[in-house]
Amino acid sequence: MKVSKGRAMTDTATRRCSSGQSAAALSPLQRALMLATQSGLPLLERPFEALAAMLGISEAQVCEELAQMLASGLIRRIAAVPNHYRLGYVANGMTVWDIDDAQVDILGPLVAAFEGVSHCYRRPRRLPHWPYNLFAMLHGRSRAEVEAQARALRELLGGSCRANDILYSSAILKKTGLRLKPE
Amino acid sequence: MHERPSASSGDTRSRLQWPPQDAARLDALDAALINRLQTSIPLLPRPFEQIGKELGCSESLVLLRLRRLLSEGVLTRVGPLFQIERAGGLFVLAAMQVPEAQFEAVTAQLNAIPAVAHNYRRDHALNMWFVLATETPEEISGVCAQIESMTGLQVLAFPKECEYFVGLRLEARPHTGSERDGNEGQQGQGHD
Repeated sequence: MKVSKGRAMTDTATRRCSSGQSAAALSPLQRALMLATQSGLPLLERPFEALAAMLGISEAQVCEELAQMLASGLIRRIAAVPNHYRLGYVANGMTVWDIDDAQVDILGPLVAAFEGVSHCYRRPRRLPHWPYNLFAMLHGRSRAEVEAQARALRELLGGSCRANDILYSSAILKKTGLRLKPE
Repeated sequence: MHERPSASSGDTRSRLQWPPQDAARLDALDAALINRLQTSIPLLPRPFEQIGKELGCSESLVLLRLRRLLSEGVLTRVGPLFQIERAGGLFVLAAMQVPEAQFEAVTAQLNAIPAVAHNYRRDHALNMWFVLATETPEEISGVCAQIESMTGLQVLAFPKECEYFVGLRLEARPHTGSERDGNEGQQGQGHD
C-alpha cells in the first residue's frame, strides 16, 4: 500500500500528548464558523463568501479567522475525508498492543512512524476486559496486507509487547464527526 | 480465515455487511482530486478554481466531481476537521459488548445521539466501537451514563492519554482492468 506520510507529519497535533494542551474557550465567531461548516464547506465557486453571507461578515474575515484556527490547531486541516472502503481499503484493522508501561512512550512514536499507521494513541487498559494500552490503526486492500504490517510491528516491539490483537471493522455505523449543539 | 466466531454465528447480518461498501470505480481525475484534497483546500476566494488549475481542469468540473464523490459516498465530508480539544472539548473512544439480537437497536440508539461522532462494528467480543465528541470534558461522563441507561450495557471508555500520530492520507488509485483483477484476488484471500 502506498501512503503519504511526509505531509502529515507537519500536522500541528503530531506526536503531542493531549495533556498540557492549552485550551481556550471558543469565541462566538469560531463557534459560528464551526456550526456553519460542521457538515462541510458549501460546494460553491466562492465557499468562503457563502459562509460570510451566513455569518454577516466579509469573505476576507472568514478566511482570516479560518487561517487563525488552522494556526492554533483548532482546525487540523481543511480537506476532503474519504470513505476508506470506497477507496478500496477494505481491511481496516485497529491493532492493539499490551506494552510495558515503562516502554510505551518510547515505542509509541516508533509505531506511529511505521508505514501504514494512520492514528496511534496511548490509552488506558480496562482490566480485566481489556489489557491493551497502545492503539494503532492500519489500512490495507486485504486483511493479508494488514496482517503483514502487524507482524512487522510485532517484530519491532519485541519483548516489550506482552500481547496484541487486531480488531477489523466490519461496518461503518456512523461517520459524521463532531457536532456542536446549536444555541 | 480470520473471522472470529461471533456471539450468534447463525446471524448472517454481519456477513451481509462485508465488505460494508464496495470500492468505487475512480477515473484518473477522481483519484487526483481525492489525493489533492485530502491534503488541504486552499484558503483562497476561489479554492476550486485553484485546484482545477493544478489538475488541469475547470473549476466547474472540480465542483461537479466533488458533489458526485460526496453523493456516491466516496468522500464522507469536505471541510474543516476540528480538533475540539484545543477549545476545551474532548474526543473519547469507547466500546461496548452488544448482544447480536440487540445490535441493530443499539446502533440506532447510539447513532441518534449527536455526541456520537463515529461508530464502527468490529470483529471482537467488544463489537461496537464509537467516538464521543463533546464541547466540554464533563459532558462525556453524562453521555456514557445516558448510553448505559438506554441500552443496559456497560460502556468502556478509552480516553487518549498520548497522541503519537494522526493524519495518514490513503492514496486513491484510478481504476484499471489489471488492478481490479489484482484487488479481487487479494480480497478473496482476505475474507475466506
